[in-house]
Amino acid sequence: MCGIVGLFLKKDDLRPQLGDLLTDMLISMTDRGPDSAGIAIYGDDAQGLKMTIQSDTPDETFAGLEDSLKALLGAPVQVRVVDTHAVLTLPEGSEPEVRAYMAEKGIRIMGAGQSMEIFKEVGLPKDVAARFGIRQMGGSHGIGHTRMATESAVTTLGAHPFSTDGDQCLVHNGSLSNHNRVRRELARKGFVPQTQNDTEVAACYISSRLAEGANLGEALEGTLDDLDGFFTFVVGTRNGFGVVRDPIACKPAVMAETDSYVAFGSEYRAFANLPGIEDARIWEPEPATVYFWER
Amino acid sequence: MTTMANTQIREDLDIGVQPRTIDMAWTELRDLNSTLQAQTGGEWVIENPRGAHALAVGLQAPLEVTIKGSTGYYCAGMNKEARVHVTGSVGPGVAENMISGSVTVEGDASQYAGATGHGGLLVIKGNASSRCGISMKGIDIVVHGNIGHMSAFMAQSGNLVVLGDAGDALGDSLYEARLFVRGKVKSLGADCIEKEMRPEHLEILADLLKRAGADADPSEFRRYGSARKLYNFHVDHAGDY
Repeated sequence: MCGIVGLFLKKDDLRPQLGDLLTDMLISMTDRGPDSAGIAIYGDDAQGLKMTIQSDTPDETFAGLEDSLKALLGAPVQVRVVDTHAVLTLPEGSEPEVRAYMAEKGIRIMGAGQSMEIFKEVGLPKDVAARFGIRQMGGSHGIGHTRMATESAVTTLGAHPFSTDGDQCLVHNGSLSNHNRVRRELARKGFVPQTQNDTEVAACYISSRLAEGANLGEALEGTLDDLDGFFTFVVGTRNGFGVVRDPIACKPAVMAETDSYVAFGSEYRAFANLPGIEDARIWEPEPATVYFWER
Repeated sequence: MTTMANTQIREDLDIGVQPRTIDMAWTELRDLNSTLQAQTGGEWVIENPRGAHALAVGLQAPLEVTIKGSTGYYCAGMNKEARVHVTGSVGPGVAENMISGSVTVEGDASQYAGATGHGGLLVIKGNASSRCGISMKGIDIVVHGNIGHMSAFMAQSGNLVVLGDAGDALGDSLYEARLFVRGKVKSLGADCIEKEMRPEHLEILADLLKRAGADADPSEFRRYGSARKLYNFHVDHAGDY
């Protein structure tokens, strides 16, 4: 199974409520994925680079981190600790140096970019959302996932969303059958998944296509040719939101659109609390058809 | 969340007000279904479905049920005699394994609408998605819009009427169900062929369109059915077994 939710705002009026709306959507999909949950949320742009990191021992790992990074980079750094995660604000251009530092210290990087923050953990969606205070977060768009694991272990790194390049994230309902071959091909291009998870390969695939100059629609179109298996993908970029289902389309999907937003849910239940849903245009995305919105 | 006990719903019944309203904002799903299953008739309105699964399933008497809003999986499954009307859209498996009665959906239906149905009438006023009428066994399905791929897969009997277009592999491995499509068929599945529309078919179609509230001319439809090459035992192949 697995549950997916996504909300892309077309207007700014709902921005302060984004986290609140997404939390309700995420919790409504608990039955579909009680193992772990995660959310990527696109908030205000940082002055510099935003990086979300994770540690199973946050008290020890994040103590003194700000000073260490300041000393390493010789520039101001902000560290905002949120439960097992921390959101860093770093000087522009410091990403390679910081990534090397995190690798050395064994600190996991959830994602990086200008506006995206990613929070994911093992546990029930309502608990994961509460731990990270998702309800209080504002932003322009966000994507959430509730996981029922099939292809890899129930761990923080196995939870979705996966982010494999700046401000990009992907969630997946389904399972891929050719991910090992694609993994090798991507590695040759320099896109190396961190985990054995099939979904991360799909995220890397999208990142590689975008890096090669494809737009979001073209990158999603490519999944239909190059990825084999069952999938409904929902993808976020700094200014975009995309959806694609495999040609068999047995993984459920429903979408809703109003003047204010575009919403995605594995089931209609995810939309029940959205404002104006009674008058929204509701439809099931067609198989093997790419949908994307950019602002 | 508070639970409305069955006894309380039943007390309301004694007042005899029609239709009776059940609000899913504060009613447990099992209370709803067991209450409806215990009825011999009456008019019922279900409010605030909020996409819930398995609403109004297993009904066994001529109830009139209106669900105000959209539902999740398996709405009105296993229906017998009841007439269920959904004002919104429905999730996967609406009217699955229906025996008799009718289910009408004002909006769209997700995958496998009317799957394995033995009888009754399922009307989708919007579009149905993939696998509509899969393994249907006597149900009649009328879709005012389009249907998705692999519809009527292994359909055994009954009628599937589509006013719009059909997706890929319509009627794959079909048995004796009749398929009527007014629009385009993207592709036919294995052993499904176009067949001659004879007067008796026009008559069946006209009756179904009328019962489904569809304003369409039966002569605009094409009929598809089984070529009967896939499932028949062929005496010439006796030596192969």
